[in-house]
Amino acid sequence: MSAANAPERTDALVQVRGLSTELNGKTIFDRLDLDVPRGKITAIMGPSGTGKTTLLRHITGQLMPDAGEIRVDGHNVPTLARGELFDLREKIGYLFQNSALLTDFTVFENVAFPLRQHLKLPEEILRNIVLTKLQAVGLRGAAELMPSELSGGMARRVALARAIVRDPMLILYDEPFVGLDPIALNQILKLIRTLNDTLGITSILVAHEFAAVGRAADHVYLIAGGKVAAQGTPAELARGESDWTRQFFGGEADGPVPFQYPARDYAADLGFPPSGRTERAR
Amino acid sequence: MAQRRSYQVGTGLFILLGFAALAYLATQTTSVANFRQGDTYTLKASFTNIGQLKLRSPVKLAGVRIGSVSAIELDPVKLQASVKLSIDRHYSELPDDSSAAIFTSGLLGDQYVGVQPGGSPDMFKDGDEFLLTQSSLQLEDLIGKFLVSGSPKPAEQDAAKPSADNHQKE
Amino acid sequence: MSATRPRPSRIGDALAQVGACGLFLFQLIGAIPKSLRHIKETIRQVWFVGAMSLVIIMTCGLFVGMVLGLQLYDVLSRFGSAAMSGTVVALALYRELGPVVTALLFAGRAGTSITAEIGLMRATDQLAAMEMMAVDPLAYVATPRFLAGIVAMPLLVCVFNALAILGAHVVCVTWLGLDNGTFWSNMTTNVDVWTDVVNGVWKSAAFGAVVALIAVFQGYTTPPTSEGVAYATTRTVVFSSIAVLALDFVMTAFLT
Ligand SMILES: Nc1ncnc2c1ncn2[C@@H]1O[C@H](COP(=O)(O)OP(=O)(O)OP(=O)(O)O)[C@@H](O)[C@H]1O
Ligand SMILES: [Mg+2]
Repeated sequence: MSAANAPERTDALVQVRGLSTELNGKTIFDRLDLDVPRGKITAIMGPSGTGKTTLLRHITGQLMPDAGEIRVDGHNVPTLARGELFDLREKIGYLFQNSALLTDFTVFENVAFPLRQHLKLPEEILRNIVLTKLQAVGLRGAAELMPSELSGGMARRVALARAIVRDPMLILYDEPFVGLDPIALNQILKLIRTLNDTLGITSILVAHEFAAVGRAADHVYLIAGGKVAAQGTPAELARGESDWTRQFFGGEADGPVPFQYPARDYAADLGFPPSGRTERAR
Repeated sequence: MAQRRSYQVGTGLFILLGFAALAYLATQTTSVANFRQGDTYTLKASFTNIGQLKLRSPVKLAGVRIGSVSAIELDPVKLQASVKLSIDRHYSELPDDSSAAIFTSGLLGDQYVGVQPGGSPDMFKDGDEFLLTQSSLQLEDLIGKFLVSGSPKPAEQDAAKPSADNHQKE
Repeated sequence: MSATRPRPSRIGDALAQVGACGLFLFQLIGAIPKSLRHIKETIRQVWFVGAMSLVIIMTCGLFVGMVLGLQLYDVLSRFGSAAMSGTVVALALYRELGPVVTALLFAGRAGTSITAEIGLMRATDQLAAMEMMAVDPLAYVATPRFLAGIVAMPLLVCVFNALAILGAHVVCVTWLGLDNGTFWSNMTTNVDVWTDVVNGVWKSAAFGAVVALIAVFQGYTTPPTSEGVAYATTRTVVFSSIAVLALDFVMTAFLT
């Protein structure tokens, strides 16, 4: 590893500086800066399609940015070689927005997969670890089911168990609450908090449910238009000091964030003569 | 892990089956099958023309396979083909005035060495040579002779006979 | 992932695909050492691509042998050489028909399932999930299937040939009355282990490699949509059939 990549101790585990990305000619990020402090839960919120998943993919090196620096535990991710990237990923848990369970394997084997691939554990110990994690997400009884036999919410919880099975230093949750009933949601919320409090795991939480985020997160970033639109503790944001937060948390259609994906004039699209009123589209 | 085990066992069985098939093909349907004959002794025969005779071509007596061609060389002095025949030990009672001829099975079939037993009380020993041989009958020669003389001469008629016999048999 | 879908109908795109496929071959070969750590996965894939293709291979082998027996017996009888039926069946099978027909069946049976499986894994983020668990999908998903193709094909071809010989024997000897001893002794005299049987095995391994390479490549690079997977599956069959026949010509011309 080069000197430039040597870990430097800061209290930010993930440091994003000047991140710029364009996908298909659309600007997703425009010189974004963002810090994720160690041992804290940082929530990332923002309108749909704003690039939250893309940001997580940048942080884990699945997607290269056009410009900018992303330091994770001191390593600049875009410059890492594949081997170094894999070493780093072994310390990162990632919950996919669509679960992404391996359809060939049972629930048990899915959760056991990272352990089997990287550690030579005795079967007994491996079993205990896997069952403990499954118990934590309330699915120990489903261990022998195949992923196709799970509901969406159950699959999400199995994916969560898989993401935390190696007790990583950093966990990225991409919308962990979608499709969960209130009971499961509460349990998962508690689990995220507990992992953070007891093991000091740093978490990045992408979610839309502000009530849930408010109970779990230490710090919230609101991303819109390729930049950080607002940030602060959940309480600060809830007070709604800017247009962005007022609109986002108040759930109003009109505001700085357009509800509509950029489009032509609505009436013209439907074949009517243009009306005086135009949609808030750019 | 019962699942994984059964894959491994199944895969093992599949590979075994594949190799069994390969072993079958290699040993039962190829010339390897002819090496099984165990103990053999060698006889020599010289021919002026061996035609399409090849290594491992069969040696037959009365239509029964008794051995195979083990070597074909050109005798540099006599300028004849010197052929070595490995004969199965089971057939060691061959009179030493037996003759060897090269025949074709069918019209276009493969050539083989046919042995005509003689009447001598003495038997061939390992390394002995056939004194009487009849070379391969060339279809072209035969046709040519027909065209020239109208009918084959008696000697050639004799030579053609065993081949014709054989034709009917096969 | 590129958003533009490959259109093989254009010559330039087709050439680009061939090039990309060749580069992919080097990546696969490069991933072999790593994939040996997942040797169990390779074994599992030999089961899926090999053992699961057995039934179709055996059935087709039997019928191909029977048809060959019938046709050749009929044709060779006209020249008084019916005794050579077994020999010609065996030579045709070992040198050409066994490897080629098995490869085409293999492309349809195992190749398509490899493409569809990997394509769906791509579409459902399973490959990305492996990446995130620090498991290289090239070594864990692609290379084991590639190796399994190379291992399974020669075995399948041997099984195919054995059954075809059996089928030819049934037709020629049992039905048409050819002498049993004549059938076998002509065959054993004229078929050589090395030039016929073993060369056929090498050929089969090469065909297995080509079919598996194309199948894995198509699956790996498919656009992550159901339409993309469907196209990729079709392309696997078309491209691997063409590749097998072309390679067959090249190998026959230069190796014999
Ligand atoms: N592979 C891709 N190629 C081109 N554009 C893409 C690709 N992936 C995402 N995008 C675009 O990038 C933008 C951000 O996508 P992303 O998935 O990060 O959104 P998100 O914030 O996670 O939204 P959601 O809350 O709905 O999950 C979207 O506008 C999308 O159209
Ligand atoms: Mg998303």
